Amino acid sequence: MSTEVVDMITVIIDGFEVTVPKGTMVIRAAEKLGIQIPRFCDHPLLDPVGACRQCLVDIEINGRAFPKPQASCTIPVEPGMIVKTQLTSAVAAKAQEGVMELLLINHPLDCPVCDKGGECPLQNQAMSTGRSESRFEGTKRTFEKPVKISAQVLLDRERCILCARCTRFSDQIAADPFITLNERGALQQVGIYEKQPFESYFSGNTVQICPVGALTGASYRFHARPFDLVSTPSACEHCASGCSLRTDVRRGKTLRRLAGDDAEVNEEWNCDKGRWAFKYVTAGDRITHPLVRGEDGELHEASWPEALAAAANGLGANRSAVLVGGRVTVEDAYGYSKFARVALNTNDIDFRSRVSSDEERDFLAAKVVGSSTTYRDIDRADAVLLVGFEPEEESPIVFLRIHKQVRKRSLKVTAVASKLSRGNEKLNANFLCVAPGAEADAVTAESLTAQSIILVGERASESAGLLSAVAALADRTGAKLAWIPRRSGERGALEAGAIGNLLPGGRPVSDASARVDVSTVWGADALPTTVGLSACAIIEAVNAGQIGSLVVAGVDPLDGENHHQTLAALKKAFVVSLEIRPSAVTALADVVLPVAAVTEKSGSFLNWEGRARHFEAAVVDSLNRSDVRILSMIADEMNRPIGIPTVKAASKELASLSTWDGARAKFAAAKPAKSISVSGNDALLTSWRRLLDEGTLQQGEENLAATARKSVAVISPKRAASIGVVDGDAVRVSNDNGVIVMPVLVENIHDDALWLPRNSRGSHLLATFGVASGARVTVVKD
Amino acid sequence: MSTLTPVLSAHWDESDSFTIAGYKRHGGYEAAAKALKMEPDAVIQLVKDSGLRGRGGAGFPTGMKWGFIPQGDNKDHYLVVNADESEPGTCKDMPLLLANPHVLIEGMIIASYAIRAKYAFIYLRGEVVHVARRLQQAIEDAYKAGHLGKNIFGSGVDLELVLHIGAGAYICGEETALLDSLEGFRGQPRLRPPFPAIAGLYARPTVVNNVESIASVPAIIANGAEWFSAMGTEKSKGMTLYSLSGHVVNPGQFEAPLGITLRQLLELSGGIRPGHQLKFWTPGGSSTPIFTADHLDTPLDYEGVSAAGSMLGTKALQIFDETTCVLRAVLRWSEFYKHESCGKCTPCREGTTWLVQILRDLENGKGTAADLDKLLDLCDNIMGRSFCALGDGATSPITSSIKFFRDEYIAHVTHGGCPFDSHASTLFATERAGA
Repeated sequence: MSTEVVDMITVIIDGFEVTVPKGTMVIRAAEKLGIQIPRFCDHPLLDPVGACRQCLVDIEINGRAFPKPQASCTIPVEPGMIVKTQLTSAVAAKAQEGVMELLLINHPLDCPVCDKGGECPLQNQAMSTGRSESRFEGTKRTFEKPVKISAQVLLDRERCILCARCTRFSDQIAADPFITLNERGALQQVGIYEKQPFESYFSGNTVQICPVGALTGASYRFHARPFDLVSTPSACEHCASGCSLRTDVRRGKTLRRLAGDDAEVNEEWNCDKGRWAFKYVTAGDRITHPLVRGEDGELHEASWPEALAAAANGLGANRSAVLVGGRVTVEDAYGYSKFARVALNTNDIDFRSRVSSDEERDFLAAKVVGSSTTYRDIDRADAVLLVGFEPEEESPIVFLRIHKQVRKRSLKVTAVASKLSRGNEKLNANFLCVAPGAEADAVTAESLTAQSIILVGERASESAGLLSAVAALADRTGAKLAWIPRRSGERGALEAGAIGNLLPGGRPVSDASARVDVSTVWGADALPTTVGLSACAIIEAVNAGQIGSLVVAGVDPLDGENHHQTLAALKKAFVVSLEIRPSAVTALADVVLPVAAVTEKSGSFLNWEGRARHFEAAVVDSLNRSDVRILSMIADEMNRPIGIPTVKAASKELASLSTWDGARAKFAAAKPAKSISVSGNDALLTSWRRLLDEGTLQQGEENLAATARKSVAVISPKRAASIGVVDGDAVRVSNDNGVIVMPVLVENIHDDALWLPRNSRGSHLLATFGVASGARVTVVKD
Repeated sequence: MSTLTPVLSAHWDESDSFTIAGYKRHGGYEAAAKALKMEPDAVIQLVKDSGLRGRGGAGFPTGMKWGFIPQGDNKDHYLVVNADESEPGTCKDMPLLLANPHVLIEGMIIASYAIRAKYAFIYLRGEVVHVARRLQQAIEDAYKAGHLGKNIFGSGVDLELVLHIGAGAYICGEETALLDSLEGFRGQPRLRPPFPAIAGLYARPTVVNNVESIASVPAIIANGAEWFSAMGTEKSKGMTLYSLSGHVVNPGQFEAPLGITLRQLLELSGGIRPGHQLKFWTPGGSSTPIFTADHLDTPLDYEGVSAAGSMLGTKALQIFDETTCVLRAVLRWSEFYKHESCGKCTPCREGTTWLVQILRDLENGKGTAADLDKLLDLCDNIMGRSFCALGDGATSPITSSIKFFRDEYIAHVTHGGCPFDSHASTLFATERAGA
């Protein structure tokens, strides 16, 4: 990759020279010198607008002075420029004071009850730039307050200083221009279209960048003063985008989360799920004590020694396997990985608690583990191909990054899918419409260059041969390849070896020297040599009586196909469940051990790039412990110690293993499945999980849930005509396992396909149909 | 110097002056036919040579503006005519369009040809429905006559002309707000650069000209640059429309060479209404600092007015006699600016709101002498600090009126309200009522 050559320009600000890249705005050049020019509408990630006029400075270029002060947020540096800010120019200082006074005349003095009070740019800059007493003796503008512009975002119009940050964000960054400035003059105000509330997945960012308390989050409003909060830099646990966050805690309770700054990853944004879905942690039903199933068949609270002994006994007695969901940290995943090999002497471990395939497992081992395609690669790509992946729904920050490039330089985006999503419409994507199951052929026919990037989602595993086609396309064209799972822990679990064919650091289980590497660090005599079973095979083996006990963590049986089999296996096996809240697994487990939620522990996730997102405990006085600590205690009790009693120890040991530099597992391409033909009222199911749906980590946050997109069944115009329905009519979708009745929406979708949200209100495909994509269903008018 | 030079207004007194037949009777559309036989650059040069400057207020040389359009850039170019005349006192373009819409269309044909634009737009103020009807008819007639559309005048040149009716916002007279509005957005001024000549309408090179500027072009083409530049003063060439309104005997349009004085114009218009004296006046609409009787001999060209501390603006001469309370007039103007502020920038949005509140208090006798200093300081904080010229314009009547009539403001404080009989200043006031 060639390094971009940037012209540098030197200017003088308040007598100091500073050299910055061409195109830098004066206000930011001043920042580089530590000179803070007051501002409101300016935001480094939004287009300049020059509306608030707070950042006025005096400027001359090659001896020619501008006749009046200029907005430093709109003027790029030029050679020979001399800038005088409020520090050295009386004119600039008076201009700024004048603007500040004007901003305040209509601003209410309700700081003592305003959420923003204490962290308010207007408050702060009124102190630095304003006058101590107002000269305004007139009548302030008042409005009814607050106005709900969505269930989650409230607007106090009289606090608004009309900087247009929120409207510009929604338009330029999120591509959801659902809010806009209305009316004129002092009556100008932020507004929504009456029939379309501000239901953007990214609406929370507007609350964060609002420089006053005009936009507030319904869940946080009036809940705390900023100076009572303890803030901890954190990482988001909701998806693989890997957002940096800030978690604000008061007296042991998380009150809000904000997007953190990370130019390489989320810039300064996050999605509403990452911002507002944290109440699941404090939902009333947390497991607080170990539980052991007694003679009466019921779970009873037990002491830790009692519970650990019960777990150790049960696991020691049988051939065991480990099912760890995709939501644990890399340190915890490493704990499970080592626990399986050392304490249970097995490679039967799989983090993929979802629809998955052996083709995918081989693909991950050969093409993904250890790879490092990054957000920057999106910035530089000449084209992006989306396969089995809906960025806006499944990794929203990836969506923002692609959109940024689409907006900036018309980046070419192509989506191989059965339905054109709203997100892909916003990316102006070329929609390659294929029938569910026929994606592989479309991928094979695609042409890319070595500067292109393929983003493949976890749903690609649901179409046989698709990942093989993707691998072949990348090999053939040299395009970069990135696998973007939904869950935050999957990439870390892959690197930590929480999968049957890999040891930590991407070492193939089948490679003897790889096993030696690991056994040396672990001080173990020998490691199991056979490649472990995948999640589905583990369930089958339990039901076949070959595996007797399971360690299960963060798994929802309804996330996979054939959940009846999974539940049967959980019933049959001796199950040790590590969980934060009661679930379908804990209900059937023999020993339940409470673990810490993300806010209560330290650790790290690896995002889709493979980038470590480290975080410390935000709630410091929690009694809950990370999974790896508890696994260590069980292993000790089993007399097969794994020797990583803390997150830090696990992290250190994993780092000492480094990445495998030997040969990668060879990828054996899989064949596409035979296409299923449909006729009449039959359709092929296609689906994905929406960002806001009925996922367990979103529980307890009603305001957020209320902004979720409404559930619909999507069919093509042709099918709508053939079954005689129009938008809004109910259709009845069924297979042998169940029925879903849903209002229909006629959209751009393959004629053979039917789309339903995978896990939204009234539409739980895996629970109802036992399948979520590629399978035949019948659609009729209800 | 004191004689009128009717060019644009030459035939307004004919009953069919607004029809294509009436226009052609006096050589209408011959200039366009002539221009289309010239090289486009020669047309630009001719307009440059004539010294024609923008009649919308700023006085920027029209030919130079056309010359800024990059040529050979393989992009569409647009001509946009600013007919959003809405400033208090300004009333030249609407009478012109009512009386002779074809002169604008002909000017647009020539200008579009010069800048290589295939599309031209007229952005017309929304309230003037009667003008819109007449203009629309004129456009239809010009299309029928083959002067617009494909292959106009058989020259191989195409030109589509669109009349766009605004929604009644003063701010849309600001050229970039006009472009936003024309594109279908809210009318708010855009950040510059890029300037319209580089990225204007739909981000394409665009010339935005005032109605009168474009309407002056056919006569220049027909009669030559020298004919035009023989009128006017050294740097302000040609004839222009002066609009006299208020306390004059015969208000209306007076087309005269640039540089004429108010004294001369008052002679032509029958003077101040009988029994009264000139008190103050605006040289170019409500956004230009006011003048008094001391300025009767100020040459009304760009330089002369500027040297005297105001701006030629739109040459809208609003004449007020001694019965008028200057504070009352200024407050009415300020209320206009408050109402029309688009809200984009702080100084204009908040400043105009505050100015009105202070002025109202003063008018009602609730003000203090200190309020005058506050007003002036506030104006200082708005002038040159706002995003576009609307905020600047809002301060002009206030600062200039306090400069000339501070005592009258103070009288409101000491008198406990307005010392004037507001009825006396009306045109329908009777002798008995003090007029």
